[in-house]
Amino acid sequence: MSTYAQKKGFGATIWDYLTTVDHKKIAILYLIAGGIFFILGGLEAVFIRIQLAVPDNNFVTAGQYNEILTMHGTTMIFLAAMPLLFAFMNAIMPLQIGARDVAFPFLNSLGFWLFFFGGLFLNLSWFLDGAPDAGWTSYASLSLDSAGHGIDFYALGLQISGAGTLIGGINFLVTIINMRAPGMTYMRMPLFTWSTFVASALILFAFPPLTIGLFFLIFDRMFGSNFFDPTMGGNTILWEHLFWIFGHPEVYILILPAFGIFSEIFATFSRKRLFGYSSMVFATVLIGFLGFMVWAHHMFTTGMGPVANAIFAVATMAIAVPTGIKIFNWLFTMWGGSIKFTTPMLWAVAFIPSFVAGGVTGIMLATAAADYQYHDSYFVVAHFHYVIVGGVVFALLAGTHFYWPKMFGTMLNEFLGKITFWLFLIGFHLTFFIQHFLGLMGMPRRIFTFLKGQGLETGNMISTVGAIFMSIAVIVLLINIVITSVKNEKVGNDPWEDGRTLEWALPSPPPFYNFKQLPLVRGLDAYWIEKMEGKQGMTPAEPLGDIHMPNNSIIPVIMSIGLFIAAFGAMYHNEHSWGIPVLIGGMLITLLSMFFRSVKDDHGFHIHKEDLLEDEDKGGKA
Amino acid sequence: MHAEEKFTHETWPASPERATLEAKNKFLGFWLFLGGETVLFASLFATYLALKDKVPNAEQALAKDLFELPLVFIMTMLLLTSSLTSVYAMYHMKNFHFKKMQLWLGITVLLGLAFLGFEIYEFNHYVHEFHHTFSSSAFGSAFYTLVGFHGAHVALGLLWITTLMVRNARRGLSLYNAPKFYVASLYWHFIDVVWVFIFTVVYLMGMVG
Amino acid sequence: MANQQPTSGNPRVDIAYRKKKNAEEMRHQVITFALMIFLTLVAFAAVGYADFSGWFVVPFILLLAIVQVIFQLYYFMHMSHKGHENPQLFLFTGVLVGAVTILAFMTVIWW
Repeated sequence: MSTYAQKKGFGATIWDYLTTVDHKKIAILYLIAGGIFFILGGLEAVFIRIQLAVPDNNFVTAGQYNEILTMHGTTMIFLAAMPLLFAFMNAIMPLQIGARDVAFPFLNSLGFWLFFFGGLFLNLSWFLDGAPDAGWTSYASLSLDSAGHGIDFYALGLQISGAGTLIGGINFLVTIINMRAPGMTYMRMPLFTWSTFVASALILFAFPPLTIGLFFLIFDRMFGSNFFDPTMGGNTILWEHLFWIFGHPEVYILILPAFGIFSEIFATFSRKRLFGYSSMVFATVLIGFLGFMVWAHHMFTTGMGPVANAIFAVATMAIAVPTGIKIFNWLFTMWGGSIKFTTPMLWAVAFIPSFVAGGVTGIMLATAAADYQYHDSYFVVAHFHYVIVGGVVFALLAGTHFYWPKMFGTMLNEFLGKITFWLFLIGFHLTFFIQHFLGLMGMPRRIFTFLKGQGLETGNMISTVGAIFMSIAVIVLLINIVITSVKNEKVGNDPWEDGRTLEWALPSPPPFYNFKQLPLVRGLDAYWIEKMEGKQGMTPAEPLGDIHMPNNSIIPVIMSIGLFIAAFGAMYHNEHSWGIPVLIGGMLITLLSMFFRSVKDDHGFHIHKEDLLEDEDKGGKA
Repeated sequence: MHAEEKFTHETWPASPERATLEAKNKFLGFWLFLGGETVLFASLFATYLALKDKVPNAEQALAKDLFELPLVFIMTMLLLTSSLTSVYAMYHMKNFHFKKMQLWLGITVLLGLAFLGFEIYEFNHYVHEFHHTFSSSAFGSAFYTLVGFHGAHVALGLLWITTLMVRNARRGLSLYNAPKFYVASLYWHFIDVVWVFIFTVVYLMGMVG
Repeated sequence: MANQQPTSGNPRVDIAYRKKKNAEEMRHQVITFALMIFLTLVAFAAVGYADFSGWFVVPFILLLAIVQVIFQLYYFMHMSHKGHENPQLFLFTGVLVGAVTILAFMTVIWW
């Protein structure tokens, strides 16, 4: 058991992370990989703002600008926001329900490596033949005509990382359904767990249409099919439907876990039970359900006809109802609470007005007739940045500060945290608020420059200044992380002192088996209940016994590398003769590692009772 | 109950596919996967229906020119029967009759192979007699993708079941491999479910026009 | 466990009971199979018999397919057994999402 070793060499640590199946370590991998992609996507955003800072700018060319904006969107959604949320889901959700690991530890690792190699493949496009340039939505009429291999990188890279996400979603669902601790009923699950559950269900049903759409794109571009080619009987609108049937639930996959994180933060720092818990659960499920019925509001101007437009407009507006329920519940949670304005709480409080602003412009855009005016203007850009940055990114930054001690055992500096918060908040509103007006004044989306004397100079300059503020905020956060890690001052199990849910009953970071004895859950906010009765920890639900743990494995990495290699073969097979052999070879690597996994028995190992007791003597307490 | 434990007829549990936590996880996880597969195939069906008979010129074959009832009927009977034989295999699995289970799984694999053989013949026939290919029209792309995806599922299912049979041939049933057999048979039934819609929506509705 | 049989304390009695129950279930499976084959024959016959109009045949064979799939799911895949609440929930949600997709592709894509 490598985890018992106290000091390890650098190589051993790398090997440990390559082969790990521990949900806490996989969470750290997601956090690092997602964080790197977040910085990459952020750099691309800065380049966009530099180019648009002044009229007639030539910081980048029009072609490069298309590549940068495409990669900004794709990276931020698929490679930054989702993996960072997966980091918190992996780190926290099993602890919140009192489980020793996720249901499929091996698949958990496979999911991460598929995402990682898919993202790596996508970003290699910068060095080989140029990045994709048809926008993150990659509409077929544009993407089929795109020269070079950019779009191929997009389609193949997302196909690989999408498979990883789907695996992750199924894993979380089974974990939540089957592995809750004794007494942890569905209606006692913390809201973050609930939102993980609903978001995972959305992943399960939303990713298959994307898989199919990407297959069609791959076939059309690389294997001679005609799905989207009107001259051969195809239909370019098919891609838009498939993409948005996935794409709309996708934004709820992002925002629901964000809501979950904020629900935990509001309750913790208001030192009050979450107001209207059951209505929160109901609203989460309802948003998830409605999220599947509204995709065509992205396509009002394609000419679906007034009936379809009206149906999708009304369905879209209906989502405001459960979202409103949530907003009011958060406000009532704070009402009369004894509020502590820690860094996470600042983010949570700032989230409410920012997100509501994005929601209100959402209703404006949902009005189909008015949407003909807003469509493809900067108004849309402002809208979705208000919901995604004001909702998801705020939650990610809040979650980073809130859960950092649970993941790493050290507290991020509160003073630097607050500086990050204020710089980012000011920068965010500077950047995006003015874009509403730029859009209404007629500035189109995805335009690489603008002319003098059209009244767009001031607005764009303000927007760029805001982007600089946000960049500095992220740099401060990175400095904070470095300082905290160097100081390495360990904290106890409940560093915020007001932890309510099970994860705060465990040491920070928790031992690799999480719970020595599974805890008995006696109600909502399980740990808070015990604390209020003056107890030190949870009441165990089982006698101390041997714990069954899964073995580490390198196979997930090999499997993912196989697909990574196969993708190169598929991409180059039309111009190089080695294409097909490489495609088949890569697939064989994946298939053989699946075969190996299937044939070789893996029963895991047991931690013996005596070792657990010994562990306790050394100071680890569960 | 430990996964490695040895069993007799008397100690074998009533639902071996769900007797351990690992087995329960596998069982549920696979059903969820099938829920996702439902959406996957629905997207393929939707595309097929949107692109059915969409061809660039009048020389291209349409659905009503291509399909022939007898061939589809034989393929349907083969796959339906293979579904029943895998039910027999699971019946013997529950009764702890390993040899009989292997026998019925073997028959299932043979029926699946026959189905796949007919499908390859069918595709070959369309390509050579009608010049109906993957690249000849949007209709062709949609047809081969939908039916081909199903065919790929059949091929993967055959590989999977064969691997399980060979790997466990010498060691008999345990709570470690019983859920694996059960889940593979669920997969096989799901392939049949998809085929029921393919023969109805693609072939029969294609004949009607 | 969801599908636990009543235990009498005597393993031999339980075994006999379980065997009988399994055999009975297997008989039902064979009947189900016969029905499925029958439905398939009817569907092929309806199409092969040229006199019916498409407006009758298409909904009719779709209905037969749905009935047959329900047999397959509930009997062959044991969805009628206890402990299949979650599989049902997720499978039918998948069916719903898939149905909306198919409906949309047949109604709002027309050019």
